Amino acid sequence: MSILEVENLSVSFKQYTDGFKEINHKVISSLNVTLEAGKILAVVGASGSGKSLLAHAILGILPSNANVSGIIKYEGKELTPIRQTALRGKEIALVPQSVNFLDPLMRVGNQVRTSVKNGDAVSAQRKVFERYRLGKEVEDMYPFQLSGGMARRTLLSTAMVSDAKVIIADEPTPGLDPVVIKEALDNFREFADNGCAVMLITHDIESALQIADKIAVFYAGTTVEIAPVEDFVGNGEAIRHPYTKALWRALPQNEFRPIPGSQPHPSSLPPGCLFEPRCEMATAECRQAPPKMRELRDGMVRCIHAT
Amino acid sequence: MYKSKGRKLGLFILMKGVRMATLLVAICFISFLLVKNSPIDPIQAYIGADMLKVGPEQREKIAEYWGLDQPVMVQFLSWGSAVLKGDLGTSMIFRRPVSEIIGERFLNSLVLMIAAWLLSGVIGFIMGVVAAMKKGTWIDRMIKWYCFTLASTPTFWMGLLILIVFAVWLGWFPVGMGVPAGVLSENVTMVDRIQHLILPVLTISILGVANVALHTRQKLIDVLASDYVLFARARGEQGFVLFWRHGLRNVALPAITLQFAAFSELFGGAVLAEQVFSYPGLGQATVEAGLRGDVPLLLGLVIFSTIFVFVGNLLADLSYHLLDPRMREVRKL
Repeated sequence: MSILEVENLSVSFKQYTDGFKEINHKVISSLNVTLEAGKILAVVGASGSGKSLLAHAILGILPSNANVSGIIKYEGKELTPIRQTALRGKEIALVPQSVNFLDPLMRVGNQVRTSVKNGDAVSAQRKVFERYRLGKEVEDMYPFQLSGGMARRTLLSTAMVSDAKVIIADEPTPGLDPVVIKEALDNFREFADNGCAVMLITHDIESALQIADKIAVFYAGTTVEIAPVEDFVGNGEAIRHPYTKALWRALPQNEFRPIPGSQPHPSSLPPGCLFEPRCEMATAECRQAPPKMRELRDGMVRCIHAT
Repeated sequence: MYKSKGRKLGLFILMKGVRMATLLVAICFISFLLVKNSPIDPIQAYIGADMLKVGPEQREKIAEYWGLDQPVMVQFLSWGSAVLKGDLGTSMIFRRPVSEIIGERFLNSLVLMIAAWLLSGVIGFIMGVVAAMKKGTWIDRMIKWYCFTLASTPTFWMGLLILIVFAVWLGWFPVGMGVPAGVLSENVTMVDRIQHLILPVLTISILGVANVALHTRQKLIDVLASDYVLFARARGEQGFVLFWRHGLRNVALPAITLQFAAFSELFGGAVLAEQVFSYPGLGQATVEAGLRGDVPLLLGLVIFSTIFVFVGNLLADLSYHLLDPRMREVRKL
């Protein structure tokens, strides 16, 4: 059952150039993802593809000059700004990427306690610290005293104590060693196995494939493909979109072959398919209009040529 | 761990002490040279209006008695060794020991400066916080406009303006001095003293808020745009709770430091405000000593104000060591 649905989400930023001219930078365009209870959806894409903004849009914490259109539904009902304010931290929790997201002047134990919405905050915090093997002395530490692994477990604790049903993890494993990454991924699997819906935002497709149930591939602010994780095998014949195929083939253990070019900037998006300028399969038709997301073999794809 | 912390603090204080000693020696030497080379004639300052009755021979005798015929370095050393023994000399215009005058004047000024310091700190901080929380609105623009205007307003001019409005037109407060004129000192009440204090304090405070307010505003804007505030919002915190938990502590620290470091400006502001209000504090004594060539008092005041400003900066440094956990707590890993 889907718990969170994002339909046709677009996010743009107003910007003034030359003093008066107002320009709308569209950083996310017609994006669709669905989160299901007990499942992990990995959102994979390069830096600057708008992944973090997707998380901020769901939580309603975008900066005030952002324009959001489209519909986000939580448990079947539309997620209005009022509902977002009421639900964030309670039903929907964010796991941010680094220690910078902790208040530098507040003891970490207290910061975890502020996330507890029901019951005794102190005992809830102590229980979760014990569970994540954080010693008793850690609760009195300040963020600068934490190691990378401890910081990550502390951030995870804030989501754990909140009893949220939807966990959005925004790049939770940057710059960590493989053992810690493995541990982090297992923690997210645990969340899902306990009935939470997990959205794992990452640029690390390899670790995403280890634990996710579905992979949503992001390119230039939109999803080009949503595929079950089982499709990522062999030479990637089961993969639908040419960009996903290119990603798969670029991995060292596969062909280790990158494709030329780079992701277009939000201010100069191509008129048709966003991937068309770099696509081997591109035809004149691709340049006409942006392709719609369509269902294909138990997945979704945004390509007119995909089979 | 505590032992090493204590040793660290001891070393810190020792280094600061050495720095203060060298600073004082340098300041004393430079001030002494400046006064020596200025057109002040200590004999004339001492004798005053009776100058016509004193002949050249008598003047030479006085100069010899005071050691004014000695080389400058010898004069400096004899003054310096007296200062080291705690003898700052005798003020020529008050005919009393310099240390006594400074002590008495300092008490008057201290009340004035502490009141202004607290008032400008608290009001400036609140103004900065309000401006940052309401960034871009009319209230933010008002506060910014007020701060920029006042940051470029001279103290004496503001003092005159306040005198005209509150003392002359409205007549709410006395025009100047520290106590009512023509009242015996034992009959002066606390209320009298406070009434005389309000306008000078107001003058210094009104001008003093600009710095803290603008600084706090910018710092809070940075804090509100930080990752940890974003994460706090993601956890459902908002409005006043968000400010109280994460804004206040991150902004108060630099504000407190800035306020301690502003001791020099406070002293400078007090000099001008006391002059305008004829308030009998250190500032007024400084102006008198300068204008009437009272060298011992002037040098004593220079030493004292150096120590005062140095202590302010020391407190600013210490406040970081005491309040910021990143400085206070030794890394435990």
